[in-house]
Amino acid sequence: MNQNLSPAPAAPEFSVDRRSFLRLTALAGGGFMLGFYFKSAGSLLAADAPGAAAAEFAPSSWIRIAANGAVTLYSSRPEIGQGIKTSLPMVLAEELDVDWKSVTVVSEPLDSSGTLDGAGGSTSVPTSYAKLRQLGATARAVLVEAAAQTWGVPAASCTTMNGAVFDATDNKKMLTYGELVAKAATLPVPAKAPLKDPKDFKLLGTRVPNVDNAAIATGQRLFGLDVKQPGMLYAVLEKCPVFGGSVTGANLDEVKALPGVKDVFLVNERAVNGVAIVATSTWAAFSARKQLKLQLNEGAGADHSWASFSDQARALGAKAVDADGEIFNGAAKVLEGAYSFPYISHTNLEPQNCTVHFKGDHAEVWAPTQSPQAVRSAAASALGLNGNQITLHVTRSGGGFGRRLSADYASDAAAIAKHFDVPVKLTWSREDDLHHDLYRPAGFNFLKGGIDAAGKIVAWRNFTVGFSANAGGGGGRRGGGGGGEFPGGFVPATGYQARSGAVTSLVPTGAWRAPGDCTAAWVVQSFIDELAHASGRDLVEFKLDLLATKLGNSNWNNERMIGCVKLAAEKAGWGKKLPRGQGMGIAFHFCHQGYAAHVAEVTVSPAGDLKVNRVVAAIDVGSQILNLSSAENQVEGAITDGLSAGGYQSLNLEKGRIVENNLADYPMLRIADAPEKIEVHFLKTAYDPTGLGEPAFPPLAPAVCNAIFAATGKRIRALPFSATDLKWS
Amino acid sequence: MNYTLNINGQSHTVDAAPDTPMLWVLRDHLDLVGVKYGCGQGVCGACTVHVDGAAQRSCQLPVSAVGDKKIVTIEGLDPHGAHPVQQAWSATDVSQCGYCQSGQIMSAAALLKDKPHPTDADIDDAMAGNLCRCGTYLRIRQAIHAAAGK
Repeated sequence: MNQNLSPAPAAPEFSVDRRSFLRLTALAGGGFMLGFYFKSAGSLLAADAPGAAAAEFAPSSWIRIAANGAVTLYSSRPEIGQGIKTSLPMVLAEELDVDWKSVTVVSEPLDSSGTLDGAGGSTSVPTSYAKLRQLGATARAVLVEAAAQTWGVPAASCTTMNGAVFDATDNKKMLTYGELVAKAATLPVPAKAPLKDPKDFKLLGTRVPNVDNAAIATGQRLFGLDVKQPGMLYAVLEKCPVFGGSVTGANLDEVKALPGVKDVFLVNERAVNGVAIVATSTWAAFSARKQLKLQLNEGAGADHSWASFSDQARALGAKAVDADGEIFNGAAKVLEGAYSFPYISHTNLEPQNCTVHFKGDHAEVWAPTQSPQAVRSAAASALGLNGNQITLHVTRSGGGFGRRLSADYASDAAAIAKHFDVPVKLTWSREDDLHHDLYRPAGFNFLKGGIDAAGKIVAWRNFTVGFSANAGGGGGRRGGGGGGEFPGGFVPATGYQARSGAVTSLVPTGAWRAPGDCTAAWVVQSFIDELAHASGRDLVEFKLDLLATKLGNSNWNNERMIGCVKLAAEKAGWGKKLPRGQGMGIAFHFCHQGYAAHVAEVTVSPAGDLKVNRVVAAIDVGSQILNLSSAENQVEGAITDGLSAGGYQSLNLEKGRIVENNLADYPMLRIADAPEKIEVHFLKTAYDPTGLGEPAFPPLAPAVCNAIFAATGKRIRALPFSATDLKWS
Repeated sequence: MNYTLNINGQSHTVDAAPDTPMLWVLRDHLDLVGVKYGCGQGVCGACTVHVDGAAQRSCQLPVSAVGDKKIVTIEGLDPHGAHPVQQAWSATDVSQCGYCQSGQIMSAAALLKDKPHPTDADIDDAMAGNLCRCGTYLRIRQAIHAAAGK
């Protein structure tokens, strides 16, 4: 696309702040491009030097309008299923005032050596929304100015609609954006283009189908695993199954002689260790792999087992009482509950993969990723190149969920591909994906709570035990719990304790959808429900009362959460009488700047079969939903995923390795077990819009467990729920 | 070994080991990448194709067992994406990441051929073999109802 830019444009531009600026560029052939440029820390000084040209930077967002009026919008964030490739360009189209059906969205950057946006932590919307509105509004403003000058009227008397400027005083005068771009490209970039009043939005907040729907429904090449390049070879990497161990050798020559195999070699450098098999097809590599006999150094992790981890955690938990002090002295009732959750995998349905073509002084890389910069630096470091010697193609990702914030698979691919001058695609098998994940951390929580005679929580202790290579250094935080976590700030500080212990583990862990929160919400909201039942008060009233008594410096806005809890309860018909075996449960959680409360309604048969009949979700992510269809899809998905992970998934650990091998022994929720009905309600509040990939996930598991308790009197204190016998009579 | 296969109404000859699953013949040899790899064990359904009109997991079908059976992949369901199931999938905005959806669509299309007006229970049965990690099951059900009878 670079060749479309005129060679040395006299660029009108406007500095938004010291770190970013808007710049208008004339395109060869008469169009224009307005880009939002971001100066990286390293380039900041250079850019400030006299005479420094902005052309050295690639824009992080841009709008292109060709002379024929064709509008192209760039979506900078990796698409991992969160709908960002559609929803962020919608912001541009809204402020630019063009017909959505006429725009083309592209996601390939103009230059992959600059700053590249990632996707994680539900941060895309809050960090992009204002910036993209400004970019769209600025493009619209220069087009309006071009029309005003053409007609000799003030810009204030011009209006826009569907990609054209109208003279409000003479409705026969109309110029399309295509007719205006040549003139607009010569104008200065205005300092403060007027933004639309959100009440005038026509596109934002509506249901817009994903821009890739047709390509998905016809099976077009979109994903990392779909990459095919001329002369490409296919690789697998067999690693040591024991965490912390390594492969020291294998029957390399024997495997090298197998059909379709090009090479077999030991990789042992930086973080990459294993035997690479490179073949002429995926199946040739997979087949040859079955004949591999590894020599291992299993290392210090070889004695790890989940049974032993659990025993060690419980032993630590048993001593938690020793440091409770006097916080429970004033309580009328005291309850204890030991909660635990296992390691689970991300299980992106598209296994990890990466294609690398090493060309000596540079390389081309294709990867599904949430962090393009991490992939680029992983590949560069494995290939001995600088980041700017890598051309990176970010493909659509078959799921993110935090797994693709790490670039370990790119390191693997580059370490193999550097031995070849043709492109090499590394495919992780499903088994690789389960055995070498960066797992959702497992944890134990030893809770004790006290309520006073009026049924208010006056004391709360959570002693968490996590598993970490750095157990002695406070690495147990990921076990869940911590001073900043609810109900810290809502229970008197003198009655609140968050303490932790840790067990040494070499099992690698990482970000898993709503990291920390995805398990902490289940623990905390389940135990609050236990205390609420013990108080004898109405459960919702108990929880609203707790939310109303904000005492400390938590980062919560309790009013927003109260709004969610009330709305979810109201829409669900909270309080209605249900027969034995049916129940409603409510849970709420704040994370990633979003507020969510769910009410789950379940039926448990006398034989113990669980059915989630209905989930009502009330979500507050601020003043503006970008794409209502995709927003609802995220919430529906988070609820279904929450039931899948909470209801069914766990990994066992024996002899230092994961026991489960594939999806047959690591179940994922199927269609018949999905909630029968999900109702999504968004509260519109006066806060900046925030992201939705995560906030709707954490409250689902506790809402369902609280409903199960209401239905059966059985309290689930270990995930997954399927491990608890729910039979009743 | 050379095999002559009927794929999407056309004849293709491929040179592949007899035990090569059709999944990899389609993806690597014929570059029909709409067929997805998810588990390799017939558990996830991402590799679903039609074999003589019935939905089958292509990862469990060795090339040597295909013979003259007619195979249709997502690319051949309708070259313009005009099949009612494809249309319903787009209009219902089913997909999140989209990776499993070609397999879901192939299972749904086979279901509607047998049962033009399926109940929710029919849908749960026919779609039981297709996993969606993003959790789009309710929209899948909705899209199948929307496509029914068209």
